[in-house]
Amino acid sequence: MVNIEINGKVIETRDGVTLIEAADSAGITIPRFCYHSKLSIAASCRMCLVEVEKAPKPLPACATPVSEGMKVHTRSPKAIAAQRSVMEFLLINHPLDCPICDQGGECDLQEMAMGYGSGISRYTEGKRVVHNPDLGALIATDMTRCIHCTRCVRFGQEVAGMMELGAPGRGEHMHIGTYMEGTVDSELSGNVIDLCPVGALTSKPYRYTARPWELRSYHSISPHDCVGSNIRVDVRNGKAMRVVPRENETVNETWIADRDRYSYTANDHPERLTQPMIREEGEWIASDWDTALTRAAEGLKAIAERDGAEQLGALASYSATTEEFYLLQKLMRGIGSGNIDHRLRQVDFRDQAEQPAYPALGQAIQDLELLDAVLLIGSNIRKDQPLLAQRLRKASRNNGAQIMAINAVDYDFTFPLAQKCITTDLGAELSGVLKALLTLTGDSAPDSLQPLLTGVEPSEAQQNIAETLKAAPQATVLLGNTAASYPARAELQALANLIAELAGARVGLLAEGGNSAGAWLAGCLPHREAGGRAATVSGMDWRAMVKAGLKGYLSLGIEPELDCIESAAVTKAMEQAEFVVALTAYTGEGLMAQADVLLPIGTFLETAGSFINTEGHWQSFGGVARAAGESRPAWKVLRVLGNLLDLNGFAYTSAETIRTEMEGLFGDVPIGNRSEWTMSEPTKLHQGLLRIADVPIYAVDPMVRRAMPLQATADALLAVRLSANSRTLEKYGLADGDQATVSQDGGEATFIVAVDERLPDNAVYLPAGISETRGLGGSFSPIQLAKA
Amino acid sequence: MSEEKITLLSDASRAEIDRWVAKYPTEKKQSAVMAALRIAQEQNGGWLSNELIEAVAHYLEMAPIAAYEVASFYSMYELSPVGRHKINICTNISCMLRGSDEVVSHLEQRLGIKLGETTEDGRFTLKEVECLGACVNAPMFSIDKTYYENLTPETIDKILENLE
Ligand code: SF4
Ligand code: FES
Ligand code: FES
Repeated sequence: MVNIEINGKVIETRDGVTLIEAADSAGITIPRFCYHSKLSIAASCRMCLVEVEKAPKPLPACATPVSEGMKVHTRSPKAIAAQRSVMEFLLINHPLDCPICDQGGECDLQEMAMGYGSGISRYTEGKRVVHNPDLGALIATDMTRCIHCTRCVRFGQEVAGMMELGAPGRGEHMHIGTYMEGTVDSELSGNVIDLCPVGALTSKPYRYTARPWELRSYHSISPHDCVGSNIRVDVRNGKAMRVVPRENETVNETWIADRDRYSYTANDHPERLTQPMIREEGEWIASDWDTALTRAAEGLKAIAERDGAEQLGALASYSATTEEFYLLQKLMRGIGSGNIDHRLRQVDFRDQAEQPAYPALGQAIQDLELLDAVLLIGSNIRKDQPLLAQRLRKASRNNGAQIMAINAVDYDFTFPLAQKCITTDLGAELSGVLKALLTLTGDSAPDSLQPLLTGVEPSEAQQNIAETLKAAPQATVLLGNTAASYPARAELQALANLIAELAGARVGLLAEGGNSAGAWLAGCLPHREAGGRAATVSGMDWRAMVKAGLKGYLSLGIEPELDCIESAAVTKAMEQAEFVVALTAYTGEGLMAQADVLLPIGTFLETAGSFINTEGHWQSFGGVARAAGESRPAWKVLRVLGNLLDLNGFAYTSAETIRTEMEGLFGDVPIGNRSEWTMSEPTKLHQGLLRIADVPIYAVDPMVRRAMPLQATADALLAVRLSANSRTLEKYGLADGDQATVSQDGGEATFIVAVDERLPDNAVYLPAGISETRGLGGSFSPIQLAKA
Repeated sequence: MSEEKITLLSDASRAEIDRWVAKYPTEKKQSAVMAALRIAQEQNGGWLSNELIEAVAHYLEMAPIAAYEVASFYSMYELSPVGRHKINICTNISCMLRGSDEVVSHLEQRLGIKLGETTEDGRFTLKEVECLGACVNAPMFSIDKTYYENLTPETIDKILENLE
């Protein structure tokens, strides 16, 4: 610790911090542009000049380390003169077009000029004008306003891990831009808007739609991945105008992914369902709540009475609120059916009874940064949980973490991979790693896993993975979204558990959607009730329901043919069912063909509720935007449905009353996630051509799929493709650019073929969750491919 | 990473770049970017195409924009084609006091082009540069890699006549 004095105030501070950090923690303001606590120090803007006694010239506070006895003045005549001069220089080429600038009213430059500028400029020459590059659908540019702080450039280099923006040119000709006028494609790109201290980079969708002083800000939680990013929603007249991050060091730091930032643009998509609708003799007619709810309740009741409640099933989104999950399962169980599920992208449920309380990261999100070794299994963490990938990138950069992957696609990550195995047989790779570890430790595997180990000879890569995990003081094995939808998911998890145990590592399950944890804890499962209690009436998982062809379904927040991994099967089941009630925020081709009653519900922006994130952090939020049309929060719809079905205990007055009831049932949310499962028979993977189907970043839920700015990004445009490596294509007589027809599970579709050497042999990559692949089968299942 | 782009660099260029890469720590390949760009430029008759800048970036495992930043920062990298001979005229203070204005106008007249332009036959490019460190013998220019000092219209004519 050292003692310094700022403006006469004695401050004790850690050794090695900079003056600006010391001042910030003491609540003393020093103006700045280029400095940002999450970025490296550029010390280029000079706005932070302060007077340090005994130093001949003012020093930049952001780049001056504290030293014992330092006496600093931030408002002395010398400091003020320096700040004024810097401000005058900064404004020489600035257009001063605040009245037409989107940043107006929340601009650092405006504020600093007011606070530290002199009010007059001596500069009378012509100002420079800079061309505005088109960075894509998300970020608007007005480069003449740029003050060259390079925050945006450093963000790309350091945080996003893709240097897309740079500062070519020199002196007066320096400007911020991309290489060859390319777009900015990082999934974290929107953060440069918040970082830009002026109006050079602003939000394209929000541009010219509101002024900051017209907005009211509300806290909320992003529903699109299991991070539970804290967001601030800015609302005008009941309409969500934009979403920005809310700082929470332990969850999302100061960042959010573009998916969190721009999904609000789907809130008033033309396909919003604004009125209850019922199908009358095959025709959809707009209805009122009383009629529609009565119709829904009677339809469900009729099936329960005539065919038995087990003929009813409920399918819920991964991203519904905990309150909605809880009421949905309470309603289903109330009418006597245990057929409740939300694991719509999972196909292997053999070990469900042994699963932990919820799919957990098994450690704090923050602690990912401290890891020394990570094994990713079946995970495109960068696109599935962008901010978790960002933490791993930090572990790699700052801690030298060895990150390894066993994946079906050689995904592009923003950290280097120390080791990788690319294969469709993820289990075989894990078996090799396990075998190597067993040899290292001299342990033996439990009998039930023996069949997976017989005849296994660890490859060099597997051996390396085993040794790296074992040697690392802090190691983690992470099972991702691909692993979750893997046909032999239970084996993967069992192998991962054992590997982690032998290597002294933790296990993390990266869950789908925004609230898998909430779904598990609320009992939105066939085998468990709220709080993880074993179900008294056990029911079918979603796949079994679909296979059984139930008479009636109740869906919550999904488009079944896009949100269930086996599109063909679920579409058929829905279309053949007698009666389908959909609680949904959007209409859409699928639901219009499948459902009988459509009940309009609010999006996360219009509903109070809570999400439980991957580390077990239970975060509540309120409804912030005015409901679209006659839509109602889903918990209210479920409450009324419960009452109409004459069920007890549906007298909630608010989302909080539901949470209170759940808290009593959940107890403390646990963080551990080990499971013990005894395999009876290993799953055999199909030997022929397999389809690898992950869900692209902008296809994860109905809202994201309708966020037009996101759909215009490279990530979304590239997602619509069929690809395979050149060996596989050759085998089918196909070449890059050819048309090929695939058939799977009775469905057929034609695509343009792309070569992608990141894929293993004997596999085609064809994503799920996009309309182009609806009606096809599942992931890692057989597919037929032929030239069209 | 695209292999095709890298092959735009000749084997000789790549060997030469490797020599520079070897001077820096293995994880700091990019440190060789200035040398690599120069080598690529020489290989290409004095200028850097975007493809070549990309090739250098790929070869050194850096973002293309980062290589472009360097290429656009230093005035000795040319981003568009130049003549067979590049005449760099110093117009900085010492040369200016010793008559660089006349050197410029003489050259412009003789070659029929302005500063920054290339003669139609592709023989000469005129370029204004800052101090080249030969102030003692101002005014001066450099052509390609050779310095010519104490210039007068007569010596200039002679120098140019001797160049293809
Ligand atoms: S665009 Fe904004 S963030 Fe980037 S350098 Fe310019 S002022 Fe800084
Ligand atoms: S904030 Fe210190 S120089 Fe920019
Ligand atoms: S000023 Fe011309 S060489 Fe120095």
